[in-house]
Amino acid sequence: MFTGFMVNAWEVATIVAVVAGVVGFFVVLRGSAFPAHAIPNGAFAGAAGANLIGVSPLVGLGVFSLLAALGIGSLGRRGRPDVATALALVMLLALGAAFLSRTREFEQQIFALLFGDLFGVATLALLPVGVLAAACLGAIAALYRPLLLASLAPEVALARGIRPHLVEMAFLVVVACATTMTVPVVGALLIFALMIGPPAAARCFTGRPDAAIGVSVALALLVVWSSIACAYQSNWPVGFFVGTFSAALYVIARLYEVLVAAQQRRHASR
Amino acid sequence: MSGTDEHSASRAVLEVDDVTVSFSGRTILDHVSFEIRPGEFTGLIGSNGVGKTTLLRVILGLQKSSTGAVRVMGESRGRSSRSIGYVPQKVLFDPDVPVRARDFVALGLDAHRLGLPRRTAAQRDLVERTLIEVDAASFADARVGTLSGGEQQRVLIGHALISRPQLLLLDEPLANLDPKSVQEIVALLHRIVVEHHVAVLLSAHEMNALLPVMDRIVYLTGGRAASGTTDEVIRSDVLSALYGHHVDVLQLHGRVLVVAEPGAETDDIPSHPTLQLD
Amino acid sequence: MSILFEPGFLSNAPVRGALVLGAIVAVVSAVVGTFTVLRSQSFAGHALTDVATTGGAAATYYGANVLAGFISASVLGAGSIEAIGEHRIRRRDLATGIVLGASTGLSALFLWLDSSSATTGASQHILFGSIFEVASSTIPDAVALGIVVLVVVALLWRPLLLSAVSPEIAAARGIRTRLVGTLFTLALAVSVGLTSIAIGSILSTALLIGPAAAALRVTRTIARAMSLACAFGVAATWLGILFAYDSPYWFSSGNGLPVSFFIVAIVFALYLVTGLPFLRRRLGRRAVRTTRSAPPVVAANTGVR
Repeated sequence: MFTGFMVNAWEVATIVAVVAGVVGFFVVLRGSAFPAHAIPNGAFAGAAGANLIGVSPLVGLGVFSLLAALGIGSLGRRGRPDVATALALVMLLALGAAFLSRTREFEQQIFALLFGDLFGVATLALLPVGVLAAACLGAIAALYRPLLLASLAPEVALARGIRPHLVEMAFLVVVACATTMTVPVVGALLIFALMIGPPAAARCFTGRPDAAIGVSVALALLVVWSSIACAYQSNWPVGFFVGTFSAALYVIARLYEVLVAAQQRRHASR
Repeated sequence: MSGTDEHSASRAVLEVDDVTVSFSGRTILDHVSFEIRPGEFTGLIGSNGVGKTTLLRVILGLQKSSTGAVRVMGESRGRSSRSIGYVPQKVLFDPDVPVRARDFVALGLDAHRLGLPRRTAAQRDLVERTLIEVDAASFADARVGTLSGGEQQRVLIGHALISRPQLLLLDEPLANLDPKSVQEIVALLHRIVVEHHVAVLLSAHEMNALLPVMDRIVYLTGGRAASGTTDEVIRSDVLSALYGHHVDVLQLHGRVLVVAEPGAETDDIPSHPTLQLD
Repeated sequence: MSILFEPGFLSNAPVRGALVLGAIVAVVSAVVGTFTVLRSQSFAGHALTDVATTGGAAATYYGANVLAGFISASVLGAGSIEAIGEHRIRRRDLATGIVLGASTGLSALFLWLDSSSATTGASQHILFGSIFEVASSTIPDAVALGIVVLVVVALLWRPLLLSAVSPEIAAARGIRTRLVGTLFTLALAVSVGLTSIAIGSILSTALLIGPAAAALRVTRTIARAMSLACAFGVAATWLGILFAYDSPYWFSSGNGLPVSFFIVAIVFALYLVTGLPFLRRRLGRRAVRTTRSAPPVVAANTGVR
């Protein structure tokens, strides 16, 4: 399991988990679960389109995830954000359906792009993934403080000269970037599970933002590594394990939180 | 920063000069002017919907005025100003949010800076001292979302205060608090004014809690404002001119009541015209 | 006229079936969608379509009734979201995301296990669906379920209306907002399960959210918004079917574009148009809004404490 082509898989998966853990912290903080789901799904349509015109699917992923991010950001500013996200998503998916209808050649790759494919991961070159990862993490590091304040108290940020709308756009673009590099690994449908489950669970264990990010990354690594191991052993799709393990993690963390709270109440009433 | 400038001590922190704002035919603010000097505690009093928030937004540079100007520390209002610390009315924090009171106050130092935070020992010390100052030390390590209204208020004040602004601007800080918390916050703000020589401008729809500490009052109604000390403004003649109809001002047990004649337009008046004595 | 209606449009049986089914689906979606948008449950509305498809994949694998699979999965998903029990929007979206993630993972498994049909064909079909391919025998079931959903919404009308406009007032009036919310989400689940199998999950979301959101932007009352949403939805569906039928004639390859593409594009265009600033100013009406902040404090307090 740790030799040959699998080494590549482990390395890429680790990078993906780190990015998902960091970006996911802000996804959960900002309540951006829907965009985090919509952007990779929209990106998937782009991969189909790229295939149609004979370009690398990764380019299609990148372009459409960017389109999704910008569409959600600009439409969401004027109307309800969740409506904007839903309609931007379905428009891109409909385009994807249109692309798919023009050709029959793409069908083999659909499943892999949707749900993740271990073999697909293995042949992925490390360099583009690494570059995109560095870009995402760099952007988050640079924007850390304004992003944090704008996420917590937009009015206060506004009074300080931070523009919450610009911050939102920048963040969505970071999510798009994170999507592009992670879709081939875990699949379009599941990447957001990685960006939601581990960070949501992490909150239950710590109240400090820096520690929460660390725990989020650690939990994401846990999910990804165990998913790869299980997928390798059982031959079942990686995505299945990512989705179910992320959910299980969240449930466990919430239960832990409930138990701690109950214990504190008992302690206080003594 | 000229050390020889004798005027700087008395130069106004905030000059609101002939500000007018209209929306779809309605005049919200009508040539409003007043000044705030360093270390002054000013109450912006007016009932709800009268334009207090609009005025605060103009001061913050978030709303344009069609006439006049706002000057902060003598300079024209730009997009942001380090000289103003802003405390909004209500911030909704999720109880789950993994940010402690301490972290939020620390953000007040450098939220606008890019890059990862690297706080020096001196900065950490300042955070600690600020927390103590706003009486937040006891819950400094609790998540902001789990705090009560009054406690959150103090964290927001600490966040605004830590960057040492010249003016603290608070939007209806007393609105949703119980009477005890109101007293505590007013006392806290008074302490801050005295110890840091920082000006405070807060909006409220009820002036009585502020009477003991207010240096200046800006009384807003129907888009017009009267400003001065409490004795100068809260008088029958001044307020009647402001309202456009006769009002009486009663002082009872150290509290002030503004009473309109029966039948007059009363929904504008911050205090209820019907007296209820226990 | 013959340019618009290619030969045989109305005499074509699948087309007639599509028009009827499409209209039913559009109306049910518009009614449920109006409240979905008002209650900021668009994510749940979309997520449940994906959850429903998981049920479809599972049903296909076990050889069970596919419609039952769609509906029961969707209802189960809605139940799970409600069970996690969040009512603040952010946390509810988080719970929705978790349920969606788990169900998508399961869907991956079922599609992979079901290797009898070509995996990719099944996933494509289930994701995108096709209104033309639905057997006409499904129509009575669809109508029955649609009626059930509409009845539930009618029964819940007043409490739904009030809690959409102001949850505080609704609670103060003694309305069990939590119960009403759960019942609505279950109705949403059934509606979405129904529409997903009929027209695919993409269209399901588009018809749920789009017409309602567009209508809410240009009308003043919720009832009027709902009627307008129905009109928008039916018009978009029929027009989309027409274009999809015509489209093979547009391409030399004889291969047309899917109906989902046309309907979604029309719905999206509707949404964009209703958002144009000049339109808002011309109509001069305030669209329906929910109060996000507390109602204004009445300026009556005694000076005596």
